[in-house]
Amino acid sequence: MPDTGTTSTVSPFSGSENPAVSVTFENLSKSFGDFAVLKDISFRVDRGEIFVLMGPSGSGKSVLLKHVVGLELPSAGRVFIDKYDASEETTREKVRLALVFQAGALFNSLTVYDNLALYPREHQLADEAGIREKVMRALQILSLENAAAKYPSELSGGMKKRVAIARALVMEPQLMLYDEPTSELDPVMSATISEIIATLKEQYHVTSIVVSHDRDLALSIADRVGILMGGQLVHLSPPAGLRDPGDPRIADFLHPQIDLKNPRFRKLES
Amino acid sequence: MQQLINVFEGIGSTLQLLVRALSFSSTLWRQRQRFIEQCYLVGYTTLPIVTILCSFIGGVLALQAGYSMENFGAKQFIGTLVGLSMARELGPVMVAILVAGRVGSAIAAELASMRVYQEVDALETMNIPAARILVLPRLAAIAVMMPILCIIGDLVGWFGGSLTSKFFIGIESEAYFSALRRFMEFKDVMNGLFKGEVFGIVVVLVCCNIGLNTRGGPREIGASVTRAVVVSLILILVLDFFVTRALT
Ligand SMILES: Nc1ncnc2c1ncn2[C@@H]1O[C@H](COP(=O)(O)OP(=O)(O)OP(=O)(O)O)[C@@H](O)[C@H]1O
Ligand SMILES: [Mg+2]
Repeated sequence: MPDTGTTSTVSPFSGSENPAVSVTFENLSKSFGDFAVLKDISFRVDRGEIFVLMGPSGSGKSVLLKHVVGLELPSAGRVFIDKYDASEETTREKVRLALVFQAGALFNSLTVYDNLALYPREHQLADEAGIREKVMRALQILSLENAAAKYPSELSGGMKKRVAIARALVMEPQLMLYDEPTSELDPVMSATISEIIATLKEQYHVTSIVVSHDRDLALSIADRVGILMGGQLVHLSPPAGLRDPGDPRIADFLHPQIDLKNPRFRKLES
Repeated sequence: MQQLINVFEGIGSTLQLLVRALSFSSTLWRQRQRFIEQCYLVGYTTLPIVTILCSFIGGVLALQAGYSMENFGAKQFIGTLVGLSMARELGPVMVAILVAGRVGSAIAAELASMRVYQEVDALETMNIPAARILVLPRLAAIAVMMPILCIIGDLVGWFGGSLTSKFFIGIESEAYFSALRRFMEFKDVMNGLFKGEVFGIVVVLVCCNIGLNTRGGPREIGASVTRAVVVSLILILVLDFFVTRALT
């Protein structure tokens, strides 16, 4: 999607308007000790784009997302949200961004309702009635009305994931980061999540970066797909480009053959 | 060497946390619900053990005073000794030690697990500083509750001493309390309360800081709690020396 510079995010809840943001990775590298996780990654996610990031487990996708919200600091290179450096604390005051953590990261001492209400309450975005309306709306979208009074420890894995997504929706972000949003959900709920992401883009021009192994999601809603392998971005194209990726590693990653006669783990042994 | 650096780093980050938490003081009124909840946890739930411990401390003080003062016929001054020791020293120190064990450990465990399970990260991405909603209410609660706990500790200790004097040493309560009143000044009690306030705030701050700086998993949560309590206890006794020195 071209960067027109005029698109803006209109919140599904309040109608307030925020300018949509872009994310730029500039030669981003990250090492933990002498273990290099990300190696010199450069790409740009445009305003209002849905960017799907795929890659094998342990390839550094979660670490990459954490750089965007400033939870990890680059070893080298930089990440920009619009013109603001993502590693600076003030960026989070200027740009509203939400990260759906892979593990949910729900507040365990708060009920589901209070988990969702925390952000608008702390930032005094509405009065208690207004907050209630927003929260119930988000819970409804994710079929969680009945869980409002429950504590996170009383939820199933998929429900936690949905609460995490609902909590991010309530924040009405300009930039949404999802870390495997559909990994624990049933097919219908997965489709719902894809629809939500696409709707946020169509109607409100929210920029989204989605880490996911869900090929259906990638093919149906992504504007572009990136594949991270061994700490490098080995593929970057619109979803159609995945049909014939060229690189055999990527082909095997996207369409692994289950070979019972000659299983992979046996190959490792020999 | 590395250990010395760690100590200074710890002091530095703790002071930073204090400054950061205080910079959000204006939000305290909005957070009054959290503040009240913390007051309940810090104050009310610590009260029973403060009462039990301080009454026995007062009793033991009276027994020891009776034993040692008998030799020079000064038994009638037991009240003075118990009163002053309790108000100036043992009241605040004992209450602080209980607060470290009961409140400090709970704070360190809670914040450490919030850190390890990424709840603190989530707060940061929401632009809600942990210093504001996790640290400030706890600091405010201890600042309010500590003097109250110390006063109750003092009173209970005095009565413990009086009962012991009456039943085991043979000093009547009137004599005990008149001796207690004669040499005790308001300033002695204030002195103790001030100490208690310092200890309480230091304990909560240190435990918050250690909890929030936990990295790793469940094992590290346990290690953080141990460290928070040990550091708190050391600081109480070391600070006790310096504050006492400064106040006398
Ligand atoms: N705090 C950390 N300290 C040391 N190593 C880390 C840290 N966080 C992540 N790593 C390492 O970085 C690599 C990438 O981790 P990351 O969580 O980004 O993987 P991922 O691509 O999200 O995988 P998955 O699909 O399984 O979630 C892993 O090898 C992991 O061990
Ligand atoms: Mg991950």
